[in-house]
Amino acid sequence: MSEIMTKNMARNVFYGGSIFFILIFGALTVHSHIYARTKAVDESQLTPSVAEGKHIWERNACIDCHTILGEGAYFAPELGNVMKRWGVQDDPESAFETLKGWMESMPTGIEGRRQMPRFDLTDEEFRALSDFLLWTGTINTQNWPPNDAG
Amino acid sequence: MRYHSQRIAYAYFLVAMALFAVQVIFGLIMGWIYVSPNFLSELLPFNIARMLHTNSLVVWLLLGFFGATYYILPEEAEREIHSPMLAYIQLGIFVLGTLGVVVTYLFDLFHGHWLLGKEGREFLEQPKWVKVGIAVAAVIFMYNVSMTALKGRRTAVTNVLLMGLWGLVLLWLFAFYNPANLVLDKQYWWWVIHLWVEGVWELIMAAILAFLMLKLTGVDREVVEKWLYVIVATALFSGILGTGHHYYWIGLPAYWQWIGSIFSSFEIVPFFAMMSFAFVMVWKGRRDHPNKAALVWSLGCTVLAFFGAGVWGFLHTLHGVNYYTHGTQITAAHGHLAFYGAYVCLVLALVTYCMPLMKNRDPYNQVLNMASFWLMSSGMVFMTVTLTFAGTVQTHLQRVEGGFFMDVQDGLALFYWMRFGSGVAVVLGALLFIYAVLFPRREVVTAGPVQAHKDGHLEAAE
Repeated sequence: MSEIMTKNMARNVFYGGSIFFILIFGALTVHSHIYARTKAVDESQLTPSVAEGKHIWERNACIDCHTILGEGAYFAPELGNVMKRWGVQDDPESAFETLKGWMESMPTGIEGRRQMPRFDLTDEEFRALSDFLLWTGTINTQNWPPNDAG
Repeated sequence: MRYHSQRIAYAYFLVAMALFAVQVIFGLIMGWIYVSPNFLSELLPFNIARMLHTNSLVVWLLLGFFGATYYILPEEAEREIHSPMLAYIQLGIFVLGTLGVVVTYLFDLFHGHWLLGKEGREFLEQPKWVKVGIAVAAVIFMYNVSMTALKGRRTAVTNVLLMGLWGLVLLWLFAFYNPANLVLDKQYWWWVIHLWVEGVWELIMAAILAFLMLKLTGVDREVVEKWLYVIVATALFSGILGTGHHYYWIGLPAYWQWIGSIFSSFEIVPFFAMMSFAFVMVWKGRRDHPNKAALVWSLGCTVLAFFGAGVWGFLHTLHGVNYYTHGTQITAAHGHLAFYGAYVCLVLALVTYCMPLMKNRDPYNQVLNMASFWLMSSGMVFMTVTLTFAGTVQTHLQRVEGGFFMDVQDGLALFYWMRFGSGVAVVLGALLFIYAVLFPRREVVTAGPVQAHKDGHLEAAE
């Protein structure tokens, strides 16, 4: 082996190749970044309420039970398409009512059933969270998930 | 141990072992919540336990890497660490941040506060002040080890190790970028998550393994270092564009499906290379190192990383497969064995190697230590298998048939019971490991009769 490749050759291949792949990744990142802001979603619909909803989603650590676009904790249902599953994706008022009703009935306390904690949100916060989930439902996810079950 | 400052590693490993115990115990609690969902549901909701489980894992692995660096660097650079004081300050920041995180999560302190409250993106839930603390500690660390390396002997091991650590620190900065657009958020979130574990962490892993092989097998440095460069080359060539396998369904362009599938398929190569490399070195090596347990952990690391990260990763990396398996228990199965094989075993291998040297005694309690390897590893492998079956059934019922999540989960109870059982084995193994490296003062197995040869070496008498 030492005849065909020396340590210095291996090192140079490592440096050169890595720089090459980093450059390609960088170029694709720029394109994907622009795509994420223009093609994947309609950023004009990204209202302050949606942004606030995302923070509510984060500070309550929802992702450590649920998944969103398939990423999260697998303990509780996927929420990227929850408004579609509930049949309220096109009806923000019903989306708000349904989400609020659902979350206020938690925890169910039913024996042998996974428990969702109680989150004391204000109406404004329920509205923001619901707007965030509605907005997430509009992301072009290349047709994922395969069905409404998520 | 030839350099005084290598002892810094001891303090790092002690904290790491404490967090390791915390991590597996929370894992076991979660495993119990899966089979008995009302358990602690008011006091410790699942999401809180899960944050503690994943965050403590990452922090103890980081402390393991830092400790490993403080141990390896003086020997490689042939000089003392630039400033032991800074190293202890760095550890202090980590301990303070970790305690802050635990208290903040458990009692949900400063809820919603921009600086003090938890942030809640997966794995990056730490409050911002802790993120800043990690960044500050990381900069102190990089200054300290870079100064040491620059003034000392340069070897491929330190070179690759420091490159991995610099990459780790720089990528951490993306933890501070949290745009309102969820697609952008996820795009750069993976720069911390994927480019850590499937990128720069592999550099750290390969460098630590190379060091262990040099010490344990006595193979020529020139050979080890050449292979080190070959391995890290295959890791980055596949891993950088392999990031695409996380970009399939989060709102990014469709071309990632092909780029991600093709390049991430090659992510198995560095793990196969590390496994082959380690076994060949052990076969070829002429040194009969007394610390057999360190050898078991090193070889176990490469094998389980090959299966957990390599094979189980490939299992669901092609976009046609991932369309159905994305975000199911298949991911959980892969995550567990990959982290265990690649990084847990790695740090435990180094701890096993270093502890007797730092305590200045023979590698006692090899039997207990090796027993903990087999107990923990078989528990983790069994857990991976049960979760793989659970994930396969879940994928079919939920993603193909369209059954609802909770109905499908109820049908998986048997697998979750078996997973809990394997979790018990892992926890017992982990506690046994901690006991074996820290506490016993003598070997549990008494040495049999020996015969001394003229050249001074001893051999077991038949």
